[in-house]
Amino acid sequence: MNESLWDLLLRSFLPIVGGAVTGTIPLALLSFALGLVIALGIALMRLSRVRVVSGIARVYISIIRGTPLLVQLFVIFYGLPSIGVLVDPWPSAIIAFSLNVGGYAAEVIRAAILSVPKGQWEAGYTIGMSRGQTLVRVILPQAARVSVPPLSNTFISLVKDTSLASLILVTELFRQAQEIAAFSQEFMALYIEAAVVYWVICLVLSSAQSVLEKRLDRYVAH
Amino acid sequence: MSPTDPLAPAPLDAPIEAPLLVARGIRKSFGDVEVLKSIDLTVPRGNVVALIGPSGSGKTTVLRSLNGLEVPEAGTVEFAGGDTVDFAERPTKRQLASLRDRSAMVFQQFNLFPHRTVLENVIEGPVQVQKRPKAEATADARALLERVGLGAKADAYPFELSGGQQQRVGIVRALALKPQLLLFDEPTSALDPELVGDVLDVIRELATEGWTMVLVTHELTFASHVADTIVFMDGGVVVESGPPSDVLQNPREPRTKQFLHRLLDR
Repeated sequence: MNESLWDLLLRSFLPIVGGAVTGTIPLALLSFALGLVIALGIALMRLSRVRVVSGIARVYISIIRGTPLLVQLFVIFYGLPSIGVLVDPWPSAIIAFSLNVGGYAAEVIRAAILSVPKGQWEAGYTIGMSRGQTLVRVILPQAARVSVPPLSNTFISLVKDTSLASLILVTELFRQAQEIAAFSQEFMALYIEAAVVYWVICLVLSSAQSVLEKRLDRYVAH
Repeated sequence: MSPTDPLAPAPLDAPIEAPLLVARGIRKSFGDVEVLKSIDLTVPRGNVVALIGPSGSGKTTVLRSLNGLEVPEAGTVEFAGGDTVDFAERPTKRQLASLRDRSAMVFQQFNLFPHRTVLENVIEGPVQVQKRPKAEATADARALLERVGLGAKADAYPFELSGGQQQRVGIVRALALKPQLLLFDEPTSALDPELVGDVLDVIRELATEGWTMVLVTHELTFASHVADTIVFMDGGVVVESGPPSDVLQNPREPRTKQFLHRLLDR
């Protein structure tokens, strides 16, 4: 590797990491947080005994999982303006990603809620709790433990998927790499550098996952 | 027994002569199977009523109807000084809540909250539902745990306890609510034989202290000692009921005799 390439990699490192810090990471965190709220709502709707309510949730999940994320992103950013709704790049990306997480995580949360034994609901009722109280204080804490591994997968996928936001002009990690690559014509080096930064972020997330799992496992026999 | 004794039954607001609970005409089907065919049950204040009978006789379903964990198709449950809940008209949330406010249940599988410590399990209802001050609920809980020999386990998680210890926590969790009525659903059936004794001792003590209890059990010897009334059920009906000296020692009905013979011959 020649000297100038090294130099380029070093000089591009800060802008790329900057793109991660000001773009990729906040985009992923915000979308995931909003997505979990949507997912919990959709999961509870899906568990409803009212047919119409669970039907709506079912259709939502089906649409989200049945269409590409890139298409969802384009519908919001490039599609909506043609019916008079203009959404800026950042809000567009956050809306698309959180709706997407909402659909995928809803099934994870639903399964986790169903995995808690029925006797736990009954114990909540017999000490006088309402359905909502039992859900929040008894069922969800136990469901959380079960759902950490699959939700971590969802989050790690999301971090990588935020690179799609580069296509709707959000300045994040990958867009920074693209711009420098186009300018310097060193595509291989810059894209591998971007890949390495994504990988490091995901390594950190994986170890955060193990810490969280250990913490939530403290009340379970080993 | 002093009035501040945490094991003392809650004071009652109705005249002392009336039975605490009267259930009438309880009917319940699961699909095509009619598991309860018009059950009547009277629980006098301070009495222990034991429901016995072969598996599938409906005794657990009767117990679970008394606090609305099962909603029967028909029948009424009436607590002294409370509304009558008529299951023929769909009971409201408020009505089910009133049944559950007056009773507490001990489960066969304990059903402790695994993510909370022993102490947290016990104070959950008093603090979150009854809105009692946490310090007061904690002091009561510790005293109750001490009474059943688990004072040192207050900060343990349920998985760290033996089955017998877990069930004693289950009983304390029920007592901490200061209910008028204690419901026991086969409280020793999931326990190893050597752990049954500790749990039965606690229940026996509660009986002598005057708690009103309905108990589903297979422990006939125990039932004959603690129960004021034995209710023998089979096939969704009450076959025979009365004091243990009648039902267990001198049963009138052939089905009761047959059931007792089968158990005593083992």
